[in-house]
Amino acid sequence: MATNYETHEYDVLVIGAGGAGLRAAIEASAAGVKVGLICKSLLGKAHTVMAEGGMAAAMGNVDDRDSWKVHFADTMRGGQYVNNWRMAELHAKEAPSRVHELEAWGAVFDRTKEGKISQRNFGGHRYPRLAHVGDRTGLELIRTLQDHGIHQGITVHMEYTIVSLLKDGDRVVGAFGYDRERGRFRIFKAKAVVVCTGGLGRAYAVTSNSWEGTGDGVSLAYHASAELLDMEFIQFHPTGMIWPPSVKGILVTESVRGEGGVLRNKDGKRFMYDDIPDNYKSQTSTDPEEGWRYTQNDKNAKRPPELLTRDHVARCINREVKAGRGSPHGGVFLDISWIKEKIPNSAEHIKRKLPSMYHQFMQLANLDITKEPMEIGPTTHYAMGGIRVNGETQATNVPGLFAAGECAAGLHGANRLGGNSLSDLIVFGKRAGEFAAKYAKENSAGKVNDAQVEAAYKEAVEPFERPAGGSTEGPYQVQYDLQNMMQANVGIVRLQNEMEFALDGIAKLKARAAKVAVLGHLEYNPGWHTAIDLKHLLTCAEAITLCSLDRKESRGGHFREDFPNKDPEAQKYNAVIFKAPDGSMKLRREPIPAIREDLKQVIEEMK
Amino acid sequence: MNKTVTFRIWRTDSNGGGKLVDYTTEITEGLVVLDVIHKIQATQANDLACRWNCKAGKCGSCSAEVNGMPKLMCMTRMDTLNTDKPITIEPMRAFPSIRDLATDVSWNFRVKTKIKKFKPRPPDAPDGTWRMQQEDVDRVQEFRKCIECFLCQDVCHVLRDHHKHEEFIGPRFLVYTAALEMHPLDTEDRLPELKQSQGIGFCNITKCCTKVCPEHITITDNAIIPLKERVVDEYYDPLGWLWKKIRPQG
Repeated sequence: MATNYETHEYDVLVIGAGGAGLRAAIEASAAGVKVGLICKSLLGKAHTVMAEGGMAAAMGNVDDRDSWKVHFADTMRGGQYVNNWRMAELHAKEAPSRVHELEAWGAVFDRTKEGKISQRNFGGHRYPRLAHVGDRTGLELIRTLQDHGIHQGITVHMEYTIVSLLKDGDRVVGAFGYDRERGRFRIFKAKAVVVCTGGLGRAYAVTSNSWEGTGDGVSLAYHASAELLDMEFIQFHPTGMIWPPSVKGILVTESVRGEGGVLRNKDGKRFMYDDIPDNYKSQTSTDPEEGWRYTQNDKNAKRPPELLTRDHVARCINREVKAGRGSPHGGVFLDISWIKEKIPNSAEHIKRKLPSMYHQFMQLANLDITKEPMEIGPTTHYAMGGIRVNGETQATNVPGLFAAGECAAGLHGANRLGGNSLSDLIVFGKRAGEFAAKYAKENSAGKVNDAQVEAAYKEAVEPFERPAGGSTEGPYQVQYDLQNMMQANVGIVRLQNEMEFALDGIAKLKARAAKVAVLGHLEYNPGWHTAIDLKHLLTCAEAITLCSLDRKESRGGHFREDFPNKDPEAQKYNAVIFKAPDGSMKLRREPIPAIREDLKQVIEEMK
Repeated sequence: MNKTVTFRIWRTDSNGGGKLVDYTTEITEGLVVLDVIHKIQATQANDLACRWNCKAGKCGSCSAEVNGMPKLMCMTRMDTLNTDKPITIEPMRAFPSIRDLATDVSWNFRVKTKIKKFKPRPPDAPDGTWRMQQEDVDRVQEFRKCIECFLCQDVCHVLRDHHKHEEFIGPRFLVYTAALEMHPLDTEDRLPELKQSQGIGFCNITKCCTKVCPEHITITDNAIIPLKERVVDEYYDPLGWLWKKIRPQG
């Protein structure tokens, strides 16, 4: 193919159309610049739709003791103090306005008796804080942004995949990709590029992420010389479905526990009472009756241990299963049906509060959650780490390149609180759009380098040129082998020698990935798409493993059996991943900047 | 408990035509149709095109016709199908084919942009927020459950058989319009378009859309019929017409 690619020109190109990407596109467009939006799938299908519980914003509608300070302190405590404190501050301060803005754009949240936006309890949040719509809050968020965004003059490219960012010297000046329908390659020239590609859960065998969660943005940015941060912090959500096999990994919202659901082992014991971490002891009840009152919004009650942070609950479940106290299919029981002892018409109550969970289990597992307990186990859910960004502008270290949402790092530290993701998307999606537009206004268009484009094209279509059979293989087996290896060796519980084995395995898988062959042609060919995703998955897997090997302590989502305790020294740094001049992946530790005095005081006050 | 099943899948060819091709594979307990499609894709037909994302009935991407019935493949359990015979998997037939099970649904996205956007009344409180009671938003929340799988569009005979795509927006966008029109804060008037360019009159209430909705939205009864009533009240009620003529102006 010649160099004659169709070219689109924008001021700001947003890659990814989930909550963060849509919000960034809306903001940039409102600033008066020309915006292009790349969706890997159809518009409105991004993984944001899967978010269930709600978005955290200290509006104080249900409990007026809440404030940005409490939200900030909760986020830092949940992240175990390796968060970017400036991001945690901005997030806590700006989330309420972003939520009110959604209402002005047509979102219909559940209401309080006074007619305000209702807020629910969630793990790690001191007060009821999550604005929600039943258990389909993510759908409400993405649909609201989508329906608002389509009237903003944004050009949407649906079912496009970006294979490479284009650079002019140090600066990012566009992206190169193809449309899924016909496999035609396009150049997207842009003065600023915002990466909002979401997660990387597909690097693991058991995940709540869809096929899209292959870490594209993290990998694209890394290969364009952007730095990555804290990649070891992966959140394993404690409650994923485990049976039947077809649903393994699919999320069971934390709201089940927020509404009074309890965790039990096969002996019927509420095992979460056995292990309450010291830093949460003052906030956690040891009396089941008090825990129940907490879920029913009793302001004077303390939270039940089921609502401790996700990293901790996931490990407790893991421990029960390993000790032989698990459920028949290798998980534990999550029971909401027991509330019939407390509430008349409990079946109706559960269906109203958790409609999509009721539906999901009824349809996929043939199980009525109003009558029976669910079987659940941990599932790879969220990457706290990702592209390193400036906390205020979401700019990366590469000029012209911005990132927001799950693919960016900093806000959540070592562990994200439930509900802080949707608010992250809208707070920092907006900021990324705002500052990308500003950058686009202050800079002229760069020059696209033809040689870069040709190299990216060649790499992308190479799998077609390898003969099938012989020394080549299809992409799926390589993907499965990577997923199984990461699950087994860099999963919930980590060990030095297992991770070294994984690092070695990644090198071997890279060699195999470089030889995969695909059949057929460029048009809507999932085999080919899988082959392209492999590079991203392998890049992410290597970064996760390198960071996990380096952090010789246990903190948040990163738990090492050989270093089970927290190391106060390790609270002082973040791990930065960068591409060395020889093309190899390198890690350096960087001290976390000293926290501002007033914020430090807030944390102390809230302890 | 493993057993062997045959999927008879629509495969397109390069001339824009296509045919049903049989794939036989072994399945285990507890699978859904989409799992079997993925298995065939990974082992026998790497290039078999199909859309999917969440695999939990929340994104509405994997719409197809399973044994002729519009369904989400991720929510159709294998144990609800008769596996003694081949199971037919076809794309949504009301939309042009792209490849295999993927169809061109872009018309839906174009239609949506033509519907007037949400226009709220001024905020109720000095801090810029609104007050709404839960019972006033219940019915809108039902409509907003829509996952845009377009199965209702696929089954609607006005679109599927009569191809009125230029004159009729279909059940999905009547639900969308109903959600806007019945939103307690909205102040826009969408009745003229509903009557004219959006063709609400074409719907003759066969309720097929309601039957196939995976979110169990009562599309016809709760969304379309009330909208039809509003159009009738506005344009065809002789007393209402007279009142509008003679009522004091200003």
